[in-house]
Parts: sequence; structure tokens; C-alpha cells
Amino acid sequence: MAAFAWPDWAALAPAIVLGLTALLLLVVDSIYPHTRDNPILAGISALGAVVAGGLAAWFLASGTGENPISLYGNAMVVDTMSLFFVLIFTSVTALVSVASYDYLKGNSYQAEYYTLVVLAATGMTLMASSNSLATVFISLELASLPSYALVAVLKKNRGSVEAGLKYFLIGALSSAIFAYGISLVYGVTGHLQLDLIATTLGSGFDGLGGVLGIGVLMVLGGFAFKTASVPFHFWAPEAYEGAPAPISGFLSSASKAAGFAVAFRVFVTAFPIGEVGSTIDWVLAFQILAIVTMTLGNFAAATQDKVKRMLAYSSIGHAGYVLIGLAALYGGNNSGVLSGAMLHLLVYGFMNTGAFLFIALVEYWGVGRTFEDYNGLAEKAPIACLAMTVFLFNLAGLPVGAGFMSKYILFGAAVGAGFWWLAAVGAINSALSLFYYSRVVKAMWIEDPEGDFTIRSTPTGLYVAVVAAAVVTVALLFAFGPVADTAYNAAAALFA
Amino acid sequence: MIVEALLAVTLLSAFAVFLAPDKIAGKLAFVLSLLPAAGSIWMYSAFDGSGNALLAGGKLAFEETFKWVTFGPYALNWHVGLDGISMPLLVLTTVLTPLAILAAWTPIQSRQSQFFGLMLFMEMSLLGVFSALDFFIWFIFWEMVLVPMYFLIGIWGGPRRKYAAIKFFVYTNVASLLMFIGFIALVFGLGDSISSLDMPAIAQALNSGQLGSLGGIDAGTLKALAFFAMFIGFGVKVPIVPFHTWLPDAHVEAPTPVSIMLAGVMLKMGTYALLRFNFTMLPGVAKDYAFIIALVAVVSVIYGALLALAQSDLKRIVAYSSVSSMGYVILGLVAFNMYGVGGATFQMVAHGLISGLMFMAVGVIYNTTHTRMVSDMSGLADKMPITVAVFVAGAFGYMGLPLMAGFAAEFFIFVGAFHSTVLAGNALALFTGAAMFGIVIVAGYLLFAMQRTLFGPFRLETDYEVGRASFHDVAPLVVLILLVILLGVQPNIFYHMIQDAVGKMALLPGGGA
Repeated sequence: MAAFAWPDWAALAPAIVLGLTALLLLVVDSIYPHTRDNPILAGISALGAVVAGGLAAWFLASGTGENPISLYGNAMVVDTMSLFFVLIFTSVTALVSVASYDYLKGNSYQAEYYTLVVLAATGMTLMASSNSLATVFISLELASLPSYALVAVLKKNRGSVEAGLKYFLIGALSSAIFAYGISLVYGVTGHLQLDLIATTLGSGFDGLGGVLGIGVLMVLGGFAFKTASVPFHFWAPEAYEGAPAPISGFLSSASKAAGFAVAFRVFVTAFPIGEVGSTIDWVLAFQILAIVTMTLGNFAAATQDKVKRMLAYSSIGHAGYVLIGLAALYGGNNSGVLSGAMLHLLVYGFMNTGAFLFIALVEYWGVGRTFEDYNGLAEKAPIACLAMTVFLFNLAGLPVGAGFMSKYILFGAAVGAGFWWLAAVGAINSALSLFYYSRVVKAMWIEDPEGDFTIRSTPTGLYVAVVAAAVVTVALLFAFGPVADTAYNAAAALFA
Repeated sequence: MIVEALLAVTLLSAFAVFLAPDKIAGKLAFVLSLLPAAGSIWMYSAFDGSGNALLAGGKLAFEETFKWVTFGPYALNWHVGLDGISMPLLVLTTVLTPLAILAAWTPIQSRQSQFFGLMLFMEMSLLGVFSALDFFIWFIFWEMVLVPMYFLIGIWGGPRRKYAAIKFFVYTNVASLLMFIGFIALVFGLGDSISSLDMPAIAQALNSGQLGSLGGIDAGTLKALAFFAMFIGFGVKVPIVPFHTWLPDAHVEAPTPVSIMLAGVMLKMGTYALLRFNFTMLPGVAKDYAFIIALVAVVSVIYGALLALAQSDLKRIVAYSSVSSMGYVILGLVAFNMYGVGGATFQMVAHGLISGLMFMAVGVIYNTTHTRMVSDMSGLADKMPITVAVFVAGAFGYMGLPLMAGFAAEFFIFVGAFHSTVLAGNALALFTGAAMFGIVIVAGYLLFAMQRTLFGPFRLETDYEVGRASFHDVAPLVVLILLVILLGVQPNIFYHMIQDAVGKMALLPGGGA
């Protein structure tokens, strides 16, 4: 009997599982409509994400994708990099789903909420696998449209609605710019498929260099929006602050990673610098963006009064660090810088989501939003505050977890590529970030509590999610070996 | 697995103390901290290393290597081991920690389990710094020290503790980042000749001239740039003038036991790293810029001493005199011969004990009088005879009185500096003479402060009953002064292994011993 061979499309199993989970959630909703407290919904959503993530991990472990699997006429590709990113998205989705169980208690439209989260995760998973500008655009919209709705999901909260509208308007604008950029690139090359674009560019694009340059820049703008990088970062502080905290975590971790997943693949595969460098030096553009983004994000974060808004700006700062992954390319250490960026996104998926989920916990308790409101919180909730301290110190790059590893590997790789000045700017920003992150730590542990506020409950879901994120952040430090290896090979394969 | 066991026991002790109730935390921490102390003394007796850990031919004691992370062409391995330079510092750390914990029983009256847990956690990180031989592992421990230190100053410190904690935190973090960039540039400059961040491998590759160019910067410039990035990075920790401004703030605000660890062990991280990285890996640059480095050393000695002279707070006096004493270490290093580097290493241990002693004595005085201002008190000698006797003895140790540890260290440093071929022709005698003059200033301000506070008729501006200090306050003082005298009478306890470890290294710049 011949061995049963899986069809190629089975490699998309994580995306398929996520898509089915979203549909299943709608079915459950039609059986128990208008539920306001539903562990089944949160459970299904988390389970779907865990299964999808487990599949991706299994594929990675068993070597699926080491030879990239092309699907649907090469419009999609499953390789180590896409699976690596699926792990990030599904981990964040699982954490957010578990935490939302408590956060949403008493709210209506619960099924819609979880469905939108899982649908957005499906879109992100497809983004990581997109190998054609057409699929990039479609999956990007699949990830974005649910996100707009999720930011505004607290219908009666003015901040939430305003943030959703702002996010949607800027999103629509950047989608238009992105689509126009795609059309210009198509006009020059006659192809949407990434590798074919590169091949066509290799045989020259006589007289159309200007059109191509504008097209590439517009595509770059689309990614800047998705990753909350300068110049399309304006939406981020408002959206992250106004959105329900779990959604802020979801967007700032998973959605950002998805943007970078596409950016890595599109720029490295479709626009090889050797062919287009004389016309449009996108590496230079990313260098400028990286420096401006990290500096702006960190300086703005240092001046905030509200913790959630500080985290929002710090998330822009981290986008700047990750941009080093593109900005330090072609210095002789390509796989190093790109995988450094991927690793930072992975760790960021846990430490940043965890930090936002801690905010969700604090909002759940009804503690205020400013740094002062956090005074003495550690006395009342030591475990949660310990977890938050782990997140903040990791974000700042102190060695209480893997955030240290990923940041220093990224900076080190940039130095190795000869871009020591990028690392130096990153280092200055990193030191500044220690200042504002430690303000939260100071408030929680050092300051004396004000007033006689008491914490009445310990919500299980939020605690589980926050503690799990903290444990993973720390444990990744010890288990960094296999992760680093996978990321490096994934990046190296992209340049092969 | 000896080093791992030492680290694991210390870490588990830290967790046990975290979970213990406040009432017994101090006692539990003290008992548990005796375990690593006993362990390190056993390790000292079983020490079988020879040569320098980073150089060819060095045989390490308790060496252990296993794979941790591979990142592309580079492996980051767990690699620990001890040589004659790190072994004494390891013993210093484990011996000073229980004494500092005893000194914390009186002043620390809130959140004890957190305090003592953090002290043990800090001890673990410090032990890691002195035993790690892979750069990344070493760097993890190096940065990890900051975390407990931030909380220890921030929560239990004096009135301006929040400012002091954040200043210390950011200042030293910037320094670490600068050092990191400098070192990593060297690693990538070495290209294919190394395949890991193993410090011995890197040191040997650098010393055999394998460094290439990186990003358009040629090898010579790269070496010099990396040297100065690392010199400033480590110099902040030492601290050298002009990067010393965090130190008085941190010291004055930190509670006594934390000051003991800060001055006693943490400052040594800086000089230890300078010795390991700058002087062992890039001896050529150290030789080329010997004049500047010696100048920095002498300025630190004199300026630190003059600053101490200007203070009216006993703790500030001791804090600034640390700047001065660490300047001697730099001078010994840059002399770059066996006496100089050996004396510098010995000074790390000697100063660790003596400055710990001084901070502890000031702490005991403060516990009873609730003031540290020189002008607020006089004639304490009649009221607290033992404390004052130890204080006076420690002060003489600071001045380098023979038969005390400080004398042995400073004597070797000056002998080394006078014989230095590296410094020769760079106004050698002037440097060494100026540095020796620093001792006169030290004697001046210590005698002046002691005369006013300890002797004469009893007077106290604060309204407290001055009685004898309790046993657990005085006992560590007595233990420390005995150790200082022991090392002064019998420097070979450590000097022998130090000499063995620095011998080969001292030949690196091409001069004689």
C-alpha cells in the first residue's frame, strides 16, 4: 500500500483551522444568541488558535516548508518564515482570547468579537504566506477590516468609537495608496507575483524607473501603516488607547508582525536591491524610517502621563527597532539582521501583548490610567505586578527574559552588517526606554499607594493570560536555541 | 557542575527567601547565604587552575561548556570556569554577602523578604559575572545585576532614592550598550576566524592579529574605537572620573548593606571587565594609549580624594574615596606588568573588604545616632568602643598601613608602576608620584573626620540614646577587619594564584615583567 501523501494545500492547515474556527464561532452564536458571558466562545477561539499554532510548530519541527511549498499558481507560499510568523499570530490570538473572557464580561456582541479576532488572525496568517501583490492586498484587507471593527467594539464608549473611525479613515487612505503602488509596479513589470517581478526587473525597465520608484515607495507606505511606522503612525496612539486593551495588544503585536512579515518578503523577493538600487534605494528609505520611527516613538513615550498611551508610543519605537531588519540589509549580514528582526517580533508578541493584557486587568479592576494611579499596586496584586515588571524590563532589554536576547541580537547583527550607527541610535533609544518603562515599575513597587482602593476579584482568564505570557517571555530566554536557529534558517532561505 | 551548583543554590535561596514571611527572612537569608560562602571556600581549596582563563595554555578550574544557542555562524554557549583572577573575586562576593545581610538586620524594617531575596539574587548575578566565559552569558549576568540594584536602592533607600535609583539604572545601562556595540564590532571584525562568542577564543584570535575590517573601518581604527567604547562602558561602572557622578548619589541613598555590596563587589565588575576585555584582548591599544589611561587613573585618584576631602557626610566621604581607590586599580592595570596587574587584582579584593568595612561602620554609627554629618557628633569612642576601634583600623587600612590588605595591594601597584615599560617615557615617575600623593590626601580626610567624630568630648546633635551596637551589627565588622589583616599579613592566600593568572597576560604588550 502506497504511503498516504498529504496534498500540498494541507500546508495551509493553520489558516484553514483559523478560518473554520471563525465560522464555528458564528454557529455557536446562532445557537446561543445575545450571550453576555460565554466561556464557550472564548474557549473555542483560544483552542482554534492553539491548534493552528500547534500545527505550525509541528510543521516547523518536522521540516515542512524547508523546501517552500508553492500553492495556487505560486500566489501563496508556505515556508519556514511564514510558519514562524504563524506561531507569533496564533500565540497572540490565544492570549488575547483567554484574556477577553473576563474583559468582555457583560458586554454584548461577544460572538462577533471573537469571530473578528480569529478572522483577523486568519488574514495575518495568509499575509505571511502571500507571494503575489494581489494576495498580499486581499489578505491585508482581511486582517485590517476586522481590526477596524474591533477597535470600535465598545459601541457606547466614545473613545473606542473615535479611535475606530480614525483608524478606519487612515487605513482606507493607506490601502488606497498601497493599491495604487501595486498598480504602478504592475504597470512597469506586468506581473504581480513577487519572484516574477524580480525577474522582469532584472531584464531592465527602460524609461519607467520613475514610475517604479513611486510604486515602490507607495507600497512601502502601505507597510508603514500596518506596522505603525512613521509616516503612517498617527493612528496608533489613538487606536491603541481607545480600543479595548486586549485588542490594543492584539493589534500592536500580531498586526504589526503581519505587516513586517509581508514587508520582509515583498522587498527582499520582489525588489532585489541589485536591480532597483540605482532607481529607488529602498534600503536607504528604511534606514531613515527606522531612525525616525524609533526616535519619535521613544521620545513621545517618555512624555506620556497615561500608561496605555506610553505603551502605544513604545510600540512605535519597537517598530523602529524591527525596521533595522530591513534597514541594515545588504551589509553582508542579511540573514543575521532579518532573523534578528523576526526574533524580536516573536518575543515582542509575548512581552507587549502581556503588557497590554496587564492594562486590561487594571482596567477591569477600575484602577485609573495614569502612572500615579498605579502607585503601590504591587502590594495588592503582587503576582500580576511581577508579570508586568517582567514585560517592562524585557521591553527595555534587561536580561529577565528573551527580550534581552532579541534586542541585542538585532543590534549586534546590525553592527555586524557595518551599520553600527543604526545600532548606536537604537542603543540611545533603548536607554531612554528604560527610563519610561521603569516609571511604571517605580509606581507599582516603590511608590506608596494613594487612597484606600481595594481589589475585589482575581479574574481567572486575565490572570492566566498575563502569567502565561510572562512565563513564556522568561522561558524563551532558555529555549532561545531552537527559535534562533529556525529564524536564521527562515531568513537565509529568503535570500537563497 | 560546581559553578552551576553554586549559582543554582544561590538562586534557589533567593526564591526561598522571597516566599518566606518577613519576620524570618533576614535570618533565613543569612543562613542560606552561608551555603555559597562555604561552597566558594571549598572551591578555593580545591582550585586546580593555572594560567589565564582567556589566553592559550590557561587551565581553568571547574570549567563547564555546553551548547545553548546557535545563531547563524555563531554559537552562544554556556561556558563557565575560574582562573586565578576570578577565584578571589568569587570568594569576595560570597563572603561579603552574608556579612552585608547581617548588617541589614537592623536598618531594614519593611518588606524584608523582598529585600533579602533581592540581595541573594544580586549575589547570584555577581557570581555569574565572575565565572562566565562566554560573552553573551557574561553579558546577561552583567545586566542582570542592575535589576536587583534598582529595587534595592529605589525601595529601601534614603529620601532621594527614586532619583538615585533611576540615575544609576539609566547611566549604567547606557554604558553597557556602548560597550556592547564596541565588543560586537570586534566579534564581526574577526569574521570567520571565530565561530562563537567564547571569550577565550576571541581573546586569542585578537591577540594573534586576526582582526579584519568592518563596514569600511580598518582593523587598527576598529581596535581603537572598540577599546574606547569598552573603556568608557566599563569605566562608568568603576567609576572613573568624569563618569563617576552616579556613584555618590547611589551610595548616599542606598541603605548600608546595599552600599557594602555596591562598593565591595559591584565596582569590581568594572575593573574586572577592563582587565578581561580591554587589557587582555586589546593589549596593543592599551599600550598605545597608556599615557591617556594613566592620566585618567591619576585624575581619578586625586580628584576622588579631593572630593572626599570636601564632604561633611561620613558616607559621602567613604563613597568618594572609592573613586580614588579604584583609580589605583586602573593605574596598576595600565602599568601592564606582573606587579601592576597583580596588585590591581589584589586591590579589587582588598578594597572590596575595606570599603565594605567602612560602609558597614558608618552604617552602625548611623543606626545609633541617626546622623552621618561630621559636624553633628563627636566623642563616639567612649560610647561604642568596638565599632570605633574597627572604624579606625579600617581607616588605616584605607590609608595603606602595612600588615593590612590595602598596603599589599597598593605596594604592588606602585612597584609595578615604577617598573612599567609601557609607561616608561610617559612621565612615569610623575604619574606614580602623583598617585602616591593621593594616599596623603586620603590620610588627611580620614584622620580629620575621625578626629572630629570619634574622639574628644561626647556630643550629639540628634536626640538619640547612644548605646553599644547589637552583636549582629558588630560581628561582621570584626570579621571583616580580621580578614583585612589576614590578607595583609598573608597576601599569598590570593596573590599566588593572581600572579599565576596575570603572568602571561602581563607579557602581552611585549614588555618584560
